Amino acid sequence: MTDNAPMVRFDGVRKTYGPLTVLDELCLDIARNEKVAMIGPSGSGKTTVLRMLMTLERIDGGVIYVEGEPLTHMERNGKLVPADQRHLRRVRAKIGMVFQQFNLFPHMSAMRNCMEAPIRVLGLSRKDAEARAAELLEMVGLGDKKDHYPSQLSGGQQQRVAIARALAMRPKVMLFDEVTSALDPELVGEVLNVIRKLGTEHNLTMLMVTHQMGFAKEFADRVCFFYKGRIAEEGPPQQIFVQPREERTRQFLRAVLEAG
Amino acid sequence: MAILLAFAAGVVLASYAGFREFLPGLIEGAWVTVQITVLGAMLAVVAALIAALAKMYGPWPLRWLAIAYIEIFRGTSALVQLFWLFFVLPHFGIVLEPLTVAVLGLGLNVGAYGAEVVRGAIQAVPRGQWEASTALNMSRASALSRIILPQALVAMIPPWGNLFVELLKATALVSLITLGDLAFRAQQMNQTTLRTVDIFSIVLVIYLCLALVLSQSMRALERWAARGIARGRVA
Amino acid sequence: MLWDWNYTFEILPELARAALVTIEATLIGFVLAATLGLALAILRMAKNPAISIPATVFVEFIRSTPLLIQIFFLFFVFPHFGITLSGFTAGVLALGVHYGAYCSEVYRAGFENIPRSQWEAALALNLGIVDTFRSIIIPQAIPPVIPALGNYLIALFKETPLLSAIAVLELMQTAKILGSESFRYTEPITLVGLFFLVMSLVSAALVRLVETWLGRVGRRV
Repeated sequence: MTDNAPMVRFDGVRKTYGPLTVLDELCLDIARNEKVAMIGPSGSGKTTVLRMLMTLERIDGGVIYVEGEPLTHMERNGKLVPADQRHLRRVRAKIGMVFQQFNLFPHMSAMRNCMEAPIRVLGLSRKDAEARAAELLEMVGLGDKKDHYPSQLSGGQQQRVAIARALAMRPKVMLFDEVTSALDPELVGEVLNVIRKLGTEHNLTMLMVTHQMGFAKEFADRVCFFYKGRIAEEGPPQQIFVQPREERTRQFLRAVLEAG
Repeated sequence: MAILLAFAAGVVLASYAGFREFLPGLIEGAWVTVQITVLGAMLAVVAALIAALAKMYGPWPLRWLAIAYIEIFRGTSALVQLFWLFFVLPHFGIVLEPLTVAVLGLGLNVGAYGAEVVRGAIQAVPRGQWEASTALNMSRASALSRIILPQALVAMIPPWGNLFVELLKATALVSLITLGDLAFRAQQMNQTTLRTVDIFSIVLVIYLCLALVLSQSMRALERWAARGIARGRVA
Repeated sequence: MLWDWNYTFEILPELARAALVTIEATLIGFVLAATLGLALAILRMAKNPAISIPATVFVEFIRSTPLLIQIFFLFFVFPHFGITLSGFTAGVLALGVHYGAYCSEVYRAGFENIPRSQWEAALALNLGIVDTFRSIIIPQAIPPVIPALGNYLIALFKETPLLSAIAVLELMQTAKILGSESFRYTEPITLVGLFFLVMSLVSAALVRLVETWLGRVGRRV
């Protein structure tokens, strides 16, 4: 595990649903602290990439590495075998995810949502977890709403709590799965602001699936355009958005612009 | 799938020596069980229909009678009802045979629960059906019998299926009023031979098979009754 | 005569004592059923088929066979292994197992009502399976199913007369004994029937009250 090793590496990863191949021999390296945006038409496999990294989906071929260590497999007698629960949980601890539908725990306050996993998984004391949660909720601008329940919060507020909740586990990689797609337009900005703040103030590797092209252009270090389970084109935002090399990329961006 | 399991269980048990020893007597008891179930089921359906219709459309004396019937038979258990019919009725001069008591008690018991099923199914038929019938100047009675009930029938079948399985299980109670059903035979054999595990394992499997036959038949009935009606997923 | 009031008042004390036994059996049986049901429901959700399939088969088997047979089985089987259970113990055990199977269905429905996304959120936070169940799933799954559990409590209560088959001195057995001694069955059995009827109506109303109260509290979730 050298410092040059990519934070995340997808090595020939394949994912199939029956006869349908969703990810086709995907090779993707993500460097430490890199901010990568994944764009593309629906069904192109970008969300699957996130879900597989979060171990929400099983891998059908290839290996995923996190910080040089295999995530989905483990070494046994010099060979790679599918990982067991203990290994999965250990490596999974480095990854955090924010969902499109927030998925907050409805029977807990914002504070408790952020405290639960640190107490149960990280073994933090109640006091420490509370302090950490309060600090994070403050950071996402919801310090005064920490005792509110999800049903009492707007979509944008809930999503910000979700971000705080994921951060409470101190992951090294943060995944964002279309986190503003379920929000009313006027609430999108407050969530993007928090993400922007995360990018500048924290050492986080961030991987996001998004339709917010403007945000991706300004925020991402690298943009990957997905098409039919493969990366059709990738490069800095300048290249992808202003001078795309591939025709398909151009077509997609044209369609998105016309719709927006 | 379930039938396969039951069959497998039966085959496993067949390897029991005890199987051949006990089975004939138990089958005789099972036959009594089946008779009570079928007769009780018929009574239950009739009682449920009458009670539900009386409760929904009858004049108030009939309605209160129906409500009383339903509440009393649902509020007390089948065994209490069986014992009451078996022990108390003779004091009023009515002496019934155990079989009659069994069919009456269980039929009325399940009928009370069935009344709610009938009521729910009738109320689930869309209002538009009533309105169309009225527009065609049909009387309430003929609308009910020719339009509403036939449609309600299909929705009724699954819950009735569950009730009939409950009825089957409840027949075991008649062994306590000395009726020679499957449970009675089992207890008899157990008292004399003390081969508890053998006997009751076979008995449990027999009940299981009977229950499976019952629920599969009800499912087939449902498929038959629902022919022509578009239900469920599209494509 | 049709109804002997003197006799009625004579037997009331003994019936009251028996009612206590009935209630005792009901409560202990239900605690057993509610706990066992939860355990069975969780086992049925296990990823390992070697655990989930036997659990499912067990539940289906118990639900499809008569409670009376199960009572007989437990009462008469244990002596073969050297353990003699009292009628009360065997009866309560049988009630607990039988209704535990029914309760497991109720819990299962409650669990299935929890959207998948809750499981995913818990996994993303690296919560283990035990913590996920304990903190996330069970607190959300249980309140909506309490009315259904309440109905099974009432059903269990009404089936306690089955224990008379193994001579437990609950209400039905006591009524039969009184009747056989005095040759008057009318009063004892009718009184027992009335007792069950009244208790049943009262508890049904209570369950409905709990349902409404939960509906108001549940608004928060």
